[in-house]
Amino acid sequence: MYPIILLSFFGVVTLFLGFSKSKNILLPATLLFLVIALASNFIEWNQGPLLYFYDMFRVDNVTLSFSAIVLLSAFMIVAISGGFQDNADSEPAEYYGLMLFSLVGAIMMIGFEHLIMLFIGVEILSVAMYVLTGSNKRNLRSNEAALKYFLMGAFATGFMLFGMTLLYGATGSFNLTHIQGFASNVPAGTPSYLLYAGLLLLLIGMLFKVSAAPFHFWTPDVYEGAPTIFTTFMSTIVKTAGFAALYRLLSHSFTGIYSFWWIVIALIAVLTLLVGNIGATSQNSFKRMLAYSGISHAGYLLIALTSLTKPSQNAIIFYSLAYSLSTIAAFGVLMLVSKEKTIEGQPNERYEAFNGLAKQNPVLAFVLAVSMLSLAGIPLTAGFWGKFYIFTSAAERGIIWITVIAVLMSTVGIYYYFRVIISSYLKEGDMIKIRVAPFYQVVLLLATFLTILFGLAPGIFEGLM
Amino acid sequence: MLTLLLILLPIAAGIITLLSGERLAKQVALIGGLASLGVAVFTWLQFDPAAGSQFGFKYAWAASGSISFAAGIDGISLVLVLLTTFLTPLIILSAFKHEYKSTASFYSLILFMEAALIGVFTATDAFLFYLFFEAALIPVYFLAAVWGGENRAKVTLKFFIYTIFGSLFMLVALVYLYYQTPGAHSSEISAFYQLQLSPFQQGFIFWAFFIAFAIKMPLFPFHTWQPDTYTESPTQATMLLSGIMLKMGVYGLIRFLLPIVPEGMANWGLLAMILSVIGIIYGSIIAIQQSDMKRLIAYSSFAHVGLMAAGVFSSSVNGLQGALIQMLAHGINVIGLFFIVDIIYSRTKTRYLDQLGGITQSTPHLSVYFMVLLLGSVALPLTNGFVGEFLLLSSVFQYDGWLGAIAGLTIILGSVYMLRLFQKSMFGPRSKWVEGFQDLTASERAVLLPLVIMVFWIGIYPNTFLKITEPAVSQLLQLVNN
Repeated sequence: MYPIILLSFFGVVTLFLGFSKSKNILLPATLLFLVIALASNFIEWNQGPLLYFYDMFRVDNVTLSFSAIVLLSAFMIVAISGGFQDNADSEPAEYYGLMLFSLVGAIMMIGFEHLIMLFIGVEILSVAMYVLTGSNKRNLRSNEAALKYFLMGAFATGFMLFGMTLLYGATGSFNLTHIQGFASNVPAGTPSYLLYAGLLLLLIGMLFKVSAAPFHFWTPDVYEGAPTIFTTFMSTIVKTAGFAALYRLLSHSFTGIYSFWWIVIALIAVLTLLVGNIGATSQNSFKRMLAYSGISHAGYLLIALTSLTKPSQNAIIFYSLAYSLSTIAAFGVLMLVSKEKTIEGQPNERYEAFNGLAKQNPVLAFVLAVSMLSLAGIPLTAGFWGKFYIFTSAAERGIIWITVIAVLMSTVGIYYYFRVIISSYLKEGDMIKIRVAPFYQVVLLLATFLTILFGLAPGIFEGLM
Repeated sequence: MLTLLLILLPIAAGIITLLSGERLAKQVALIGGLASLGVAVFTWLQFDPAAGSQFGFKYAWAASGSISFAAGIDGISLVLVLLTTFLTPLIILSAFKHEYKSTASFYSLILFMEAALIGVFTATDAFLFYLFFEAALIPVYFLAAVWGGENRAKVTLKFFIYTIFGSLFMLVALVYLYYQTPGAHSSEISAFYQLQLSPFQQGFIFWAFFIAFAIKMPLFPFHTWQPDTYTESPTQATMLLSGIMLKMGVYGLIRFLLPIVPEGMANWGLLAMILSVIGIIYGSIIAIQQSDMKRLIAYSSFAHVGLMAAGVFSSSVNGLQGALIQMLAHGINVIGLFFIVDIIYSRTKTRYLDQLGGITQSTPHLSVYFMVLLLGSVALPLTNGFVGEFLLLSSVFQYDGWLGAIAGLTIILGSVYMLRLFQKSMFGPRSKWVEGFQDLTASERAVLLPLVIMVFWIGIYPNTFLKITEPAVSQLLQLVNN
């Protein structure tokens, strides 16, 4: 609750700070704002479910956990953004302001109790992201990505609104608890088609946001076209918020008709796993590979939604955290490397750019290797336990076949995650020693440290929950 | 607590090695390896074979404590821990004459590998076992990939994907078993032993485990990663892979497959046994035709592990005891043989038998050490290979006469490829490649002498080790037969 208010206020302040002569103040100020928001997030920890805004927003420990992940990710991303000093065209105050506003949207999506709140959250987040995607004004790819994202996103929002309308028609309310009351009491033998259709349309809109197949087509182009720092933002924060929203929607309102929707989500999960993993194998660009890997991770998370058992909640939270940490580290290293290695003035984001990284920059290579191992789900990293919790949630429900598919796809994953490790450790290249700002390095090492810490002792995380 | 010390000591030694800088790394790593050996020997002296799992620890780890960080040592674990800690210092010592780039990382990875292997052999929690089982891959992958031969990138990636593929199936099986345990669930291996599973479930779990362990060992037809990986890796990684890591697979069969799914064994054991026996013959025949010495020993290792698996699948006391003693023997012999190939290669720059010949003329010491290890490998009486092979073959024979007879061919085929190896490289006219061939140096002898002593020790008095494992094995078989 407090982060929403604080972040809205700080967003406006950031915009005004843009008028000041010295642009250097923006970065530390934004970081400070995020720390305050993160701290305020925990005021309501263990206060039980609290409802705000006429029962439209719900604060419980799940809301707070997801918000904490989102805010922590945002902090790390802002920390490695470096103040956007290197580009004369950039508007740092606007960028930071939009990031803070989009976090408000993300937290609304995480804690909504009312479908309108979900809609507002999605829109706040998305509109900010459309702008940030196109923020590299003179770059054709960036413009194309923004337009694509906007058109597809607007279309998906349409589906979402249509779904909400139908749900209102069926249940007479936008409130999750009321919908749950209706959905659990649908008499057997007379299925409520209006309810089903509404749920499906709403799901389509949401699944688009988390880039699940077959609604994923925008992802590779948008991720590749957007400036890398905002790609990082999209692939961590938007995805975490999207899954938090999906989880809340399904677990709070539609457990009564589980038998109707679980197979839909299961099939989408399988399709997403296939598309993401097989698509990633044929990429030559590391950045584009990470886009496909983002799709495949959506597939794993969907397995936890499919089963929707007691471990699912922890599984989604832990997986989002592990995925965000590794993704930020991977993109962080990519930004450093691609800036050094350019082709015709453009950053080189292909695998070859990493050749010889380990020799000159052992720390960066190590950070990259750990994040890749974590994304691939190898033990001793947080990613392993993420997958583990996902598998246990499916096993508790007794859906073993889907874990077998997930396991096969994990094996495929190793192939493309290891390509960059092979490039950086085994290939020779004309790599120079990359200078890394101390703060940047701290963020990368923090991500790596947390990845290994949660990999060794996942119990710490359970203690926090 | 001794178990915890055994796992943590190599990790600590590895970190110190990494920090000690390029020049001191070798010595520090060797001291770390020897310290672990010291602790292992101390454990052995304190060990009481009749008392079951000892020196254990257990901490709550995950899933609100129903998954625990727990390990302990019983007879089966102890012999494998002894093997690991005995071989690791020798592997470190064997690398001394090489000038590897980034020395510190190289030696610390060997020590991390040792920690993971000890973890695998001592874990009493199924998920902890799994964690170490996969974690062991990471150091050996980097050892092979960074310091390996020309094709290393492709070959090691295949190896990594292949083995992870297998172990992920095991993960699914373990998660499934975990949810079958009553009450608040438990992932202790002993809790899995108590499960009453239907034949259908057992069949499933049997295959999930079988694929995981069969790839690791490897058994026919999952062996295609092995010869390339062994050949491309630096000798030390090959030693770790063949000498110790391969035993993880056999250990897994003994610890998981037999006691958890006895009915699955009854239904599918024959098929697994046939695959193992095919592997023995197939591996031997290919080994006979190899010209690359490293490849030849890789295939011989493949043949030997087939026999160990066949012994385990017979689920008899002789089979298990034979497999355990053969694991020790095979680890010792194969490491010695790979080291000798490495010595020959570092002096002649070739591993091809048709380019070698006549080395004996200038190397009395090398010839003797080579011959002893070789005879151990072909299972001559009074050498270590004989005890294991005898027990294994007798168990396979009792299981099925025909299979026993076919598996018995291994004795003949083994002599053929091993003696051919010796004859082509050591005897015959002196080839131009071996001119100026120096005999063993002191540090090389320091590696080979302990190995040769163990060849005779196990060959002459195997009871030292059989006595340790006997109670644990009979306890395990009681579970199987209930």
